[in-house]
Amino acid sequence: MTPPASPPPEAYALHVSGLTHRFGQTLALDNVSLAVPRGAFVVLLGPNGAGKSTLFALATRLYDNVSGEIRILGHDVRRQPMAALKNLGVVFQSRSLDSDLSLQQNLIYHASLHGIPRREAKHHAARALATVGLAERAGDKVRALSGGQARRVEIARALLHEPTCLLLDEATTGLDVASRASVLAMVRGLVAERAVGVLWATHLVDEVDEEDAIVLLHKGRVLFNGHGPALLALAETQSLRTAFLRLVDNARGGAAP
Amino acid sequence: MSVEVSPDRFGLAGYATCFAGIAWREVLRFLHQRERFLSALVRPLVWLFIFAAGFRQVLGVSIIPPYQTYVLYEVFVTPGLVGMIQLFNAMQTSLSMVYDRETGVMRTLLLSPFPRGFLLISKLAGGVVVSLLQVYVFLLIAYFWEIELPIIGYFTVLPALLICGLMLGAIALFMSSVIKQLENFAGVMNFVIFPMFFASSALYPLWRIREANPLLYEICRANPFTHAVELIRFAMYGRLEPVALAVVLACTGAFLTAAIYAYNPSKGMLARRGEAG
Repeated sequence: MTPPASPPPEAYALHVSGLTHRFGQTLALDNVSLAVPRGAFVVLLGPNGAGKSTLFALATRLYDNVSGEIRILGHDVRRQPMAALKNLGVVFQSRSLDSDLSLQQNLIYHASLHGIPRREAKHHAARALATVGLAERAGDKVRALSGGQARRVEIARALLHEPTCLLLDEATTGLDVASRASVLAMVRGLVAERAVGVLWATHLVDEVDEEDAIVLLHKGRVLFNGHGPALLALAETQSLRTAFLRLVDNARGGAAP
Repeated sequence: MSVEVSPDRFGLAGYATCFAGIAWREVLRFLHQRERFLSALVRPLVWLFIFAAGFRQVLGVSIIPPYQTYVLYEVFVTPGLVGMIQLFNAMQTSLSMVYDRETGVMRTLLLSPFPRGFLLISKLAGGVVVSLLQVYVFLLIAYFWEIELPIIGYFTVLPALLICGLMLGAIALFMSSVIKQLENFAGVMNFVIFPMFFASSALYPLWRIREANPLLYEICRANPFTHAVELIRFAMYGRLEPVALAVVLACTGAFLTAAIYAYNPSKGMLARRGEAG
């Protein structure tokens, strides 16, 4: 998972190197490097305020990175935004569907933002809604959906233009336990099914499997970048929760639990 | 499943699809919000039916271009009310952009691979289409109130409406980048919309204002909205007002450039604020 020297950046769905970002005097990201290979599920784990959303804002070019580099399928987000963004699907932390429009209208609107003609978009929308199990709700207004269903629509939307890289920022926020598990299982399924590279940002340790690739972010710095077993070994524990707390506490300079 | 997105989606046809999609959403949202449609119509109609009728006896309007004879006050005020529709629609667009930014919907737009300037112009154009719908419904109702334009005027006013809509939309777009929170929008009403509307030639001829207060006259002359109203007024009678056209085009360019700058990921205000969108 750590970007090795040999494979070129285009081998990765997402490749971030040496990313530092400040908001005024506040250091939001400090020399962050990580990579998401195609067809891999990588967890970006960090407490609130770790810099996960800042990383997402830069990767989605809400604003430009000043130092470091973000590449999607080898395309620099800042210098080649069109080539980079057309391969990117995103599910944001806050809901970003238009609640006045129907599910299908939301998806067709998104398709148009990727230059997909209306007739083709209808076909894509129907298929994407079927993938997330909401085909029969296509004509319903978004406001009529539950939180879990709305999340599914957002995932369908993120997949509509067939991206190679999928970023999900706290995608299970506000969902009950069953909906969280269902959304997470669906995304993990997509990785295997469609060879999409997924970066799953969360602060919830129970969304992480022991075998997952994990990037642990705290106060804008990467504390750990590797797989679950290595994290457990590093923290000298059998529990991911304890490992997470131990590393974060160590970084704070506090006592380890 | 194909992994790479076919490149022709981002050719000329792709741009057209994107433009149409953004404009379509604006129209769809407007049609879904019946209250907005109603209030957009009721506001100018109240002015036309009540205010103008009351002021007919008080305010005399002498023969000034483009009119070739004495006109009723209702006739004089109609271009101003058309401008009012476009002004309020533009501010509504600005309000909805601030709302979209707060709720996160804006990020969906800004995530599109198409150039950001193009996306903003498309959004602007969608707002102008919505304002045209409102203006023509208003002119239809006004027709039955005996505000009859020359038939050709209904066509010649269209380009003027497009340009004025773009200018007011560009101002609104710029404001949406400056306004940080939805709550601040009340300030926009007080400090932008009302002064722009009242310090203009929408409700009274400029010569009347000069007689009353020379300073106010200069303020009105400097107000871009005055020039928008005059452009519309002349176009309604098949005539072109070149000074108004020049001012409106210049203001459109200036505010559009400022708005695109403000939404630029590297230079704009979003980057400086560190706003998450």
